[in-house]
Amino acid sequence: MKKNKKLYVNLGLLSFFIWLLIFSYNSSKRKPENVGELLTDFSWLHQWPKWLDLPLMKYINIVFKKLNETYGWIFEAINNFLLWQLMTLKNFLILAPWPLVVLGVAAIAYFASGRKVGTTVFVGFCTFFIGFLHPVFWTKAIETTSIMLISIFLCITFGIPVGILMSRSERIRDKILPVLDLMQTIPAFVYLIPGIMLFGLGAVPAIIATFIYAVPPLVRLTDLGIRLVDKEVTEAADAFGADKKQKLFGVQLPLALPNIMQGINQATMMALAMVVIASMIGTRGLGDEVLLGLQQLNVGRAAEAGIAIVLLAIVLDRITQSYGERLQARNMPAKKEKN
Amino acid sequence: MSKIEINNIYKIFGNNPQSVLPMVQDGATKEEVLEKTGHTVGLDNVSIKIEEGETFVCMGLSGSGKSTLIRHINRLIDPTSGDVVVDGTNVMSCNPKELIEFRRHRISMVFQRFGLFPHKTVMQNVGYGLEVQGIKKDEINITAMEKIEAVGLNGFEHQYPSQLSGGMQQRVGLARALATNTDIMLMDEAFSALDPLIRSDMQKQLIDLQAELKKTIVFITHDLDESLKLGDHIAILNAGKLVQVGTPVEIIMSPADDYVKAFVKDVNRAKVIKAKTIMTPSNKFKGKDKSNNRIKVNEDQFLEEFLSKVVCTDATVEVVDKKGDIKGYITNKELESSLIKS
Repeated sequence: MKKNKKLYVNLGLLSFFIWLLIFSYNSSKRKPENVGELLTDFSWLHQWPKWLDLPLMKYINIVFKKLNETYGWIFEAINNFLLWQLMTLKNFLILAPWPLVVLGVAAIAYFASGRKVGTTVFVGFCTFFIGFLHPVFWTKAIETTSIMLISIFLCITFGIPVGILMSRSERIRDKILPVLDLMQTIPAFVYLIPGIMLFGLGAVPAIIATFIYAVPPLVRLTDLGIRLVDKEVTEAADAFGADKKQKLFGVQLPLALPNIMQGINQATMMALAMVVIASMIGTRGLGDEVLLGLQQLNVGRAAEAGIAIVLLAIVLDRITQSYGERLQARNMPAKKEKN
Repeated sequence: MSKIEINNIYKIFGNNPQSVLPMVQDGATKEEVLEKTGHTVGLDNVSIKIEEGETFVCMGLSGSGKSTLIRHINRLIDPTSGDVVVDGTNVMSCNPKELIEFRRHRISMVFQRFGLFPHKTVMQNVGYGLEVQGIKKDEINITAMEKIEAVGLNGFEHQYPSQLSGGMQQRVGLARALATNTDIMLMDEAFSALDPLIRSDMQKQLIDLQAELKKTIVFITHDLDESLKLGDHIAILNAGKLVQVGTPVEIIMSPADDYVKAFVKDVNRAKVIKAKTIMTPSNKFKGKDKSNNRIKVNEDQFLEEFLSKVVCTDATVEVVDKKGDIKGYITNKELESSLIKS
């Protein structure tokens, strides 16, 4: 029964492949005048023949155009929504006096790290030095951070539920893993440029691109984190009659949280790596300072901006990392004592 | 009717257990099945009856299927074939909702490596079973505190599990299982991870609690001494098959096969055997012995308690019941045959 099903699927795939070959051949403009030529003249075996060409490009373009024309309003709505969020956040941070923002960041670090003074002071100084490097950097850093925060917010709202789904079912995991691989390996420009066509120049395609680039590690680590929760502990939850929801929110997620925080940390770092690339499609922020510096062959300016990005990375990394460490310590204090 | 009835349970692990089931039912051995199909036989036609209020011990070496068996009772594992009937309800026919209700109110469990929630305090751990039932927090805390006191952990209620020693952690596990006040308690090698002193401490605590609460306890262990100490009945599993079920004395005195014999070989029999088990009933006693030394012993006393006296004085033991009537006699002959037989 099961074997038969597999056979049918494979036969189906084979016939689909044959159909693709014939279809490509027929739609090719460079095919020989007569099919019989292929059997008499074997020169096509030497070099990849021109007619053996899947016309994927044409159809993607058609679909993309259709998408843009008919469903443009959806993208516009998404665009407006994200832009509105971004602007609110950005304007708030820019309008706030800079010493307050520095103190605010330090305060977040203080509470996230569990009242560690060292981390707090370090993070505070790093924040200060971003502006100290060049006054322009302060606003630019805020722009970059806003884009990143919105992207990370998107990552969390989509990535964690997908991770949970993956941890629950082998079949879903098998389907989603290749998609994650694709998202991580496909060059960023391949989706950055279409992003511009759909959303227009500026911050929103950058947010989308950052999301695509940064969400895979979060999904993977959420999935892994939940699957790594001690089996006896989840069994205990089952044995006492916890339903699926109680088990997820009461046991699995809290225990997977150190891993999920690691995922958020990784997503943040990858998002920062996207900043410079995104500046090439006109996104304002620290990335465009790097780009400007390079275009003017002003190495100093590019380096300064580069350092600012690193500082920003350190700030975000310290905050998310120390929060994760604190969670880990709470779950396993015994382990920590040994270190 | 028994409290828990396990009827002809088969459990086969692998990709397609149902296809292998007929083969196992026809009596293929574990090795044959593994070689031919790649499936592992976990349990092979196990049937057990457990009475209300007793401590039932399942014993076997690791890999004998005892942990798998206990997980069938609250259906943490579904059998390949067979039924589990608790109080006349077939657990296998429960839908998911009924199963959750069953686990919440009827049955609780203690785990080998404790299975505590590391992110919850002792109090929250103990109250977990009540928390999932949706009971109010104040009430949970009152019950939880009661159980924490019952296992002697007062003062630790706001600690996290990892701050406690192994023995204390398992007390939390025990208190958590007691908190839901279920009449059935499953204990999966509950004391195996503890060191010997703490283990015997916990065993004593369990015996005391059981004397008071009279729960139906299914206890899993690989330690024969433990099973003799705790069990009213003992089931011995080997390679997924039930080898023998009986009272501790039955297991010791008449082991069913070599596997059980190997198990009971090193046991201190005097600790387990009671006077009434080995005495020659007074009507059959021919009074062959000439010694005038006589010791009176209650029929429920263990051999260990009067053995040294008998050996030193070369006396004949008169076994009496509670009223003081003589039920039978024990001479050196009976002692010899009961203690040396192996």
